[in-house]
Amino acid sequence: MSLEVDVDHVRDPFRLAARFTSAPGLTALFGRSGSGKTTLVDIVGGLIRPDRGRVAIDGHVLVDTEHGVFVPKHRRRIGYVFQDSRLFPHLSVRKNLLYGRRFATSSGAADDLPSVVELLGIGALLDRPPGSLSGGETQRVAIGRALLAHPRLLLMDEPLASLDEARRAEILPYIERLRDEAGVPIVYVSHSVAEVARLATTVVVLSEGKVTAVGPVLDILPLADTDDGGGVLDATVARHDEPFHLTVLASAAGELQVPRLTAAVGTHVRAYIRARDVMLSLRPPEDISALNVLPGRVVTIVASPNGAHADVRLDCNGATLMARLTVKSVQRLDLAPDRPVFAVIKSVSFERN
Amino acid sequence: MTPEEWAAVRLSLLVATTATAASLPFGVAVAWLLARRQFWGKSLIDTLVHLPLIMPPVVTGYLLLLTFGRRTPIGAFLADEFGIVFSFRWTGAALACAIMGFPLMVRAIRLSIEAVDARLEAAAGTLGANPLQVFATITLPLCLPGVIAGAILCFAKSMGEFGATITFVSSIPGETQTLPSLIYALTQVPGGDAGALRLTLVSIAISMLALLGSEVRARRIGGRRAAT
Repeated sequence: MSLEVDVDHVRDPFRLAARFTSAPGLTALFGRSGSGKTTLVDIVGGLIRPDRGRVAIDGHVLVDTEHGVFVPKHRRRIGYVFQDSRLFPHLSVRKNLLYGRRFATSSGAADDLPSVVELLGIGALLDRPPGSLSGGETQRVAIGRALLAHPRLLLMDEPLASLDEARRAEILPYIERLRDEAGVPIVYVSHSVAEVARLATTVVVLSEGKVTAVGPVLDILPLADTDDGGGVLDATVARHDEPFHLTVLASAAGELQVPRLTAAVGTHVRAYIRARDVMLSLRPPEDISALNVLPGRVVTIVASPNGAHADVRLDCNGATLMARLTVKSVQRLDLAPDRPVFAVIKSVSFERN
Repeated sequence: MTPEEWAAVRLSLLVATTATAASLPFGVAVAWLLARRQFWGKSLIDTLVHLPLIMPPVVTGYLLLLTFGRRTPIGAFLADEFGIVFSFRWTGAALACAIMGFPLMVRAIRLSIEAVDARLEAAAGTLGANPLQVFATITLPLCLPGVIAGAILCFAKSMGEFGATITFVSSIPGETQTLPSLIYALTQVPGGDAGALRLTLVSIAISMLALLGSEVRARRIGGRRAAT
């Protein structure tokens, strides 16, 4: 699947001018609120008609203003999971799930209700009214409803934004299964680095209506302009250090020791290391409590606009890490591109992949 | 009750039912247009729909007479081509009642359509429903209480309509003499008080039954929604 988007849309004072092509898997539209993410997915979903541009899936044109093409949303076969879920209040969960099937024209609309219900763990909810569901249950039903309409693309607009931390943790594994098992390409809108780091295959970074970066998540996320920047490491579980309740991970950058994970040896995990959790040292630090010290090399140093701190990008044997330091520290250590340093990692968040 | 009084009650029920049933599809369509669509001339349609509510009923009746009278171009066309005659027939009374009740009906339905979350309709669209299917499966079920309220208002207005009806189709016993016309006629003749009072009680009873019926229907819909 490839989604091609090249659109301009102006609603004063907001101006969206976005073009990107997405790869299979989960494409994250990432950016601060107000950067145009929702407008962009609304254009793909057919809820907004862009002023100018072209949208196509696998060469199948949905919008082409030059040639007067605009496929209405009910003929696009694009599933849309809204931030506010939008379940139909007058229909039971089961009827909500089956709503799209009434209008499906393809013969592919076989009885796949059981598999979707199983995938999302909503079997016990089928006969309940949507009003009685919790936030997490509501969003799972909304995802199932979109899936059962047999979309060729699934749009998810911050599906977790209205949920608390516990509910998010409840839904994230289902979205991962969706990405890995359902075989439907997903465009996922988010402003959360942690969600994008965990879920995305490809990242499209939006800033003030413009696409500022597109690429694989490991390359793009460290560049993303966020308050909460960081680096992503692909790693595998090497062994468990039972006496100390630790797990040792192997990554391109080196070994990492982390609190005991439940994952089996050999499991692929994705580690997200926030820039503010990384300290730098010019010499290998000794006699410190931090367990994880990775050697690397400074690539770039970017000072914040107010001059208080600087984001240092490191190359640790091919893997990218970010460190957020004060400008004073940068000067004190005399940091400059290509300088070898040691990254001291205070904490790591791990996402099973 | 005299046969004349029974005839008036029967006629009024027929006229009010016909007026309500015939105008309901138009009422829903116009209400939907006004609630959900932006188009050129929208405020003109809005004004036209509301006109009978503002104008004296006699004026509305007279305008109907000028438009649909047997000798007017429209009246002659309808009579010759379709065999439909409004002037001095019960069908004319139904037309007058439908037009007088239309603004009330449209207002109630429009408000209830506006209360339906348009985001739900957009969601239904992304699931493959075309605009007509969205209306039938989402908008209509969710605004049904308002549709029923609008129909009841139109029915009640029709049961009581007097000015436009008597101006347009007069008060011919057995053909166009509705309940209010007969009450009025009875108050104008000596010894008619008893009949007028009887009909007044019948009129009150019908109005209350209609209101009660709508309450029950609305509650049943509300209950079903809570249960599903």
